[in-house]
Amino acid sequence: MRFGVVIFPGSNCEQDVIHATRLLGYEAEYVWHGDTDISGFDAIVLPGGFSYGDYIRTGAVARFSPVMSEVVRFAEAGGPVLGICNGFQILAEAHMLPGALLRNRGLKFICREVPLRVEESACKWVDLPAGTVARIPINHNEGNYVCSPETLTSMVAKGQIVLRYCETDGTRAPGGSAPNGATDDIAGICNEQGNVFGLMPHPERVVDPVVGGTDGQPFFTAIVEHLAEVAR
Amino acid sequence: MAELYADLGLTAEEYARIVEILDREPTITELFMYSLMWSEHCSYKHSRKALKMFPTTGEFVLQGPGENAGVISVGDGWAVAFKMESHNHPSAIEPFQGAATGVGGIVRDIFTMGARPIASLDSLRFGTLDKARQRYLFEGSVAGIGGYGNCLGVPTVGGEVYFEDAYEGNCLINAMTIGLMREENLTRAVAAGPGNLLLLIGSTTGRDGIGGASTLASQEFDEKAEDKRPSVQVGDPFEEKLLIEACLELLDHKLLVALGDLGAAGLTSSASEMADRGGVGLDIDVTKIPAREEAMKPYEFMVSESQERMLAVVTPRHLDAAQAICTKWGLRSTVIGTVTDTGRFVVREGEEVVADMPAATLAGDAPIYDPAMVRPAYLDELQAFDPMTLRHPEDPEELAGVLLRVLASPNVCSRRWIWEQYDHQVMLNTLVLPGSDAAVLRIKGTDLAIAVSTDCNGRYCYLDPYVGAQIAFAEAARNVACAGGTPAAITDCLNYGNPEKPEVFWTFFEGVRGLSDACREFGVPVISGNVSFYNESFGRPIYPTPTVGLVGVLTDATKRATSGFKDPGDVIVLVGETEVELGGSEYLKVAHDLVSGRPPALDLELERDVQRAVIDAIGAGLVKSAHDCSEGGIAITLAESCIIGDVGATLALDDGLQPAASLFSESQSRIVVTVAAADTDVLTDLLLAHEVPYSVLGEVGGDSLVIEDKVDLTVSELRAAWGPTLAVLVGGEVMSDELHEG
Repeated sequence: MRFGVVIFPGSNCEQDVIHATRLLGYEAEYVWHGDTDISGFDAIVLPGGFSYGDYIRTGAVARFSPVMSEVVRFAEAGGPVLGICNGFQILAEAHMLPGALLRNRGLKFICREVPLRVEESACKWVDLPAGTVARIPINHNEGNYVCSPETLTSMVAKGQIVLRYCETDGTRAPGGSAPNGATDDIAGICNEQGNVFGLMPHPERVVDPVVGGTDGQPFFTAIVEHLAEVAR
Repeated sequence: MAELYADLGLTAEEYARIVEILDREPTITELFMYSLMWSEHCSYKHSRKALKMFPTTGEFVLQGPGENAGVISVGDGWAVAFKMESHNHPSAIEPFQGAATGVGGIVRDIFTMGARPIASLDSLRFGTLDKARQRYLFEGSVAGIGGYGNCLGVPTVGGEVYFEDAYEGNCLINAMTIGLMREENLTRAVAAGPGNLLLLIGSTTGRDGIGGASTLASQEFDEKAEDKRPSVQVGDPFEEKLLIEACLELLDHKLLVALGDLGAAGLTSSASEMADRGGVGLDIDVTKIPAREEAMKPYEFMVSESQERMLAVVTPRHLDAAQAICTKWGLRSTVIGTVTDTGRFVVREGEEVVADMPAATLAGDAPIYDPAMVRPAYLDELQAFDPMTLRHPEDPEELAGVLLRVLASPNVCSRRWIWEQYDHQVMLNTLVLPGSDAAVLRIKGTDLAIAVSTDCNGRYCYLDPYVGAQIAFAEAARNVACAGGTPAAITDCLNYGNPEKPEVFWTFFEGVRGLSDACREFGVPVISGNVSFYNESFGRPIYPTPTVGLVGVLTDATKRATSGFKDPGDVIVLVGETEVELGGSEYLKVAHDLVSGRPPALDLELERDVQRAVIDAIGAGLVKSAHDCSEGGIAITLAESCIIGDVGATLALDDGLQPAASLFSESQSRIVVTVAAADTDVLTDLLLAHEVPYSVLGEVGGDSLVIEDKVDLTVSELRAAWGPTLAVLVGGEVMSDELHEG
């Protein structure tokens, strides 16, 4: 199992994803944004950071990096792609996932561990039972997910909502549980096929038990198990 | 020229000295360059003599003061570089960019040494938040620090903030960064090898920040301060992130002879200091420098403080390889000159020579002053005041009310509103997050960790500049000790008023003396730092504020402690003793609106013994929580440990003191630790062996903090007072869990 972790200029969580995946016993290597060959990888991760400084819309420049056309092809062929934080923003800009990520409702950067509820979804990156509450840090200024009501209805119907912000006990507060104001408390979504997954929280930060916890581990192990199953 | 020098901040004597060095009138370029290099900010001309008091050596010191940052060895071949710097005046004018570029500057100082920046801390001071301007400065500075550090991917793991009227016209933004490297990768900014090339890497050069070090950093503020906005630089953290990666890659491939960052006084400072250290000359052609504006004058190129630029020395043989790495990272790199053997700093505009000076005179020949000093008159009156002559609460209800008010004080309350705006986890090294006494960062692949804290109580320094500076050191060391770290070295940021005023200079001298004595007693060297003078507005100086940034080492990262209480039944032990010391206390300010009296006394030997005892106890795995007593006294220490641990405690303070003094006295050298009941005897034996005073206070448990005969409050009540203060004051969102959950 070999993860490819893309480095855009301004990425800053790529080392953490490498650390987390290797700690779990997988191979993981960097992929430079200018590369156009990603054939050697089983899964691609777009890590967090501030690609190109994010001086215009987050992810808006990175989607034009040479590697991205390969990532699109890889995903269309069913290859698993994970976008974390800035990676999610890039996937949205690249239209690999629906919707957009706006500035947080409070107009402030938020770095905080939050409870997240796993939803029943088509996502191949997650095999936790629906209703599971995972505690994972968020770390962003633009995590306020928005999409049209039609898109939302369609996503719900097709099982594309993967993670929602929630309260500690897994319930959703009547006024919303998303610290950033995200529509329908959405923290993570996948495409219809379930192989492209974008989320604002940082699962790689809660893989190493020495720092923070292990709630992020399933988000990396599930895809490996899925690929192993497909291979059988 | 003669008319210009005063505008540039030079005195008549200094100008005469320049004429003497050159044996002629200086050109305008030369005059600008000297004026910047001889400014207080760059030359330390008022402070240099006093700073010689600092101990700067030790067996672990790989690089002491005089470089871009100090470096110590921490074991297993690993070294950490760190330094703290002020960006006070730019932030007082434009808080977001001022604070952001403060972070950018100190981060460059760190990777210049060959170290990857792994953590930042920020020590902040503002006026009180009931004033709109102060809220603007506070919110803007925090956003600027976060905006820059978050983008870089360098976690901001700690710091401190105080709100006092004394900082109203002159806020303090002191930024500290720590970098990690293998010892053999230590790089110095020493130009060498005539014929080698000067490679300018990074941003283009514009007119931003012209004279930042002289007209902004080295003068007091008055009603014209707003006009100085053009002297504030604008930061580009993306460019800096690329610079970090490119420079570390260049150093990794051994392609550079030397590397220096362009900070205060821009190219002039960077180049002349590199030349001075290497004893060589330089020849620079300003027409080669990529400009972001048209028709720039040579002196503008030479003193511009445009951000995100680095100056490297490369051999001609390595030029192509070095430029290829810069190009890979999307960075400009341009050869702008050469190293020469003439000892002259020559600046050309094409063919025309516009400056030609002995290189060493810029960095090395700045005048050194021996400023007059006199003990300020205010001290006698303030120190004569005895807080015990006031009426103090006695009954539990009134004491509880005061406790809640002190807990809610902006100087004591939760800092979460601040640190949640900072990425404090990226790089996955942060073992102890913000909110404890010190942040702890692991060194991956080893058993090692470092603990870091910044501290200074300006009130104490105002009331006694000598003792206050010692306490700044003691508290930083104590915070690190509470995490289990043995203090290794410090950096400092010495923020004072106008040194040309004898009363101000006396407070500075006493501060340096106090810090030096404390460092010597602990055997902890000063390896880097920064002096920031002229922190005055409308003639009123700030409180003397010698901020200490201390790094300690944990040889076993698993043996560490945090400040929250852990399990019901754990026994609470106070290491140290409480005296009646309400002078300069937060209680005195909150309950009586006074900043007066003598600050707490500090017995350095006792302080050291208390810290060593606690470090040993943590190292032995005995300690379940450790939290020092500082602002607000032991009542606040206990309340915070309850809130953070989300558990109550029942105890008695049998010190025989007046109840308010017992609860709120700010006596030094005290640490509250908890221990599993079964280990209590082992702990007390250890404390006895260290010959430190201690008392067993009670035990952890329940939903309330119950201090016999004095306080009975639920943890929810404590949290409701402590949690939301900052969010409420800035009119922001109050998180539900600031009021309820742990």
